[in-house]
Amino acid sequence: MAESFKFELVSPERLLISEEVEQVIIPGAEGEMTVMASHAPVMTTIKPGVVTVKPASGSEQRYVVFGGFADVVPQGCTLLAESAVPVGEFDRAELEKRIEAARRDAESTENDEARSRAELYLNKLTTLEGAILPA
Amino acid sequence: MASLKDLRNRIASVKATQKITKAMQMVAAAKLRRAQEAAEAARPYSERMDAVLANIAQAVSGNEAPTLMTGTGKDDVHLLVVATADRGLCGGFNSQIVRLVREHVRKLLAEGKTVKILTVGRKGYDMLRRDYAGMIVDRVELKEVKQIGFANADEIAKKVIALFEAGQFDVCTLFYSQFKSVISQVPTAQPLIPAATGDVEEGSNAIYDYEPSAEEILGDLVPRNIAVQIFKALLENVAGEMGAKMTAMDNATRNAGEMIDKLTITYNRQRQAQITKELIEIISGAEAL
Repeated sequence: MAESFKFELVSPERLLISEEVEQVIIPGAEGEMTVMASHAPVMTTIKPGVVTVKPASGSEQRYVVFGGFADVVPQGCTLLAESAVPVGEFDRAELEKRIEAARRDAESTENDEARSRAELYLNKLTTLEGAILPA
Repeated sequence: MASLKDLRNRIASVKATQKITKAMQMVAAAKLRRAQEAAEAARPYSERMDAVLANIAQAVSGNEAPTLMTGTGKDDVHLLVVATADRGLCGGFNSQIVRLVREHVRKLLAEGKTVKILTVGRKGYDMLRRDYAGMIVDRVELKEVKQIGFANADEIAKKVIALFEAGQFDVCTLFYSQFKSVISQVPTAQPLIPAATGDVEEGSNAIYDYEPSAEEILGDLVPRNIAVQIFKALLENVAGEMGAKMTAMDNATRNAGEMIDKLTITYNRQRQAQITKELIEIISGAEAL
């Protein structure tokens, strides 16, 4: 039995999780990372992806998030997600809408930096689409 | 003097009005509860956001902080984001906000600044258009939106940021109505750009690892914080609007009740007077024989 720590997943609309967990897998901007108790303090942006939460008791939960931040301290971890939905309730149409919007953004922007940013985002979204397809 | 028939019609029409205001009050009460819940549910996010932002702002030294947070260093052009309701019939709710905006505009103009206005909600636009039509650069209507989501706020934030990046203004202030209680909404002006950062909690100065760099995170966080602030303001506004509407409609219902009572008394009195008059006519007719 691993040590547990406090994990909170918040979206602007509501507080989704606030409980003791054993480990959390976060899709960090620079790669996935697994957070366990007594993790060194890290602050990272997250990319669109799936957050896997393993609570101290009960079964694993998975959430789809679209960007946000994770604030990790030894005592706990707070994830501020732009939008978070349990994988089971996730609406494919919503993702397609976002991909479509990102694609339009990428095509319409004039300046190169913004375009590369938009393309990167689009890329992440399509990866995400692949990741949750089988689920 | 109005005839009996006129009075009857009048009473019927006031009764119909009372029914409508009563229904509106009950609808507002139900919506108020939902709006309050939404505002409450959004609170943890903005609190955590503040904490994170204060923390990271401390880590990034002055020069590297994004201009969205520190401002351009000038304060010549002001953008006022005015959030009001889309519907009327809610007492002084909208005009309170607009009054605060007017005071602000007058003060800024007196200081020789340029003022630009972005309105959110139809009522604010309607009221400000009369005096400051030339200053309104953009407007957003949320009439079609049933439940305000983060996406709505994000859209407004994007507009504000785009204007800022195009160098259209230096300072941005958000106007909305703070929801204190059902009977009290306080119009508030809140600085958006440059951002007002809260105090850092003591003892939270752990050495953080930043992924990617602290500057990059901050660059991502600040625009999002603007969206969060707007979102919070919109939610408070909805709750405030419903609270004000409830009070206003309650007053209207009570007024209608009083009016009905008064009209009924007049009606009864007149009817009695007519009966007496008829009786007198009959009696005096009988006596004359």
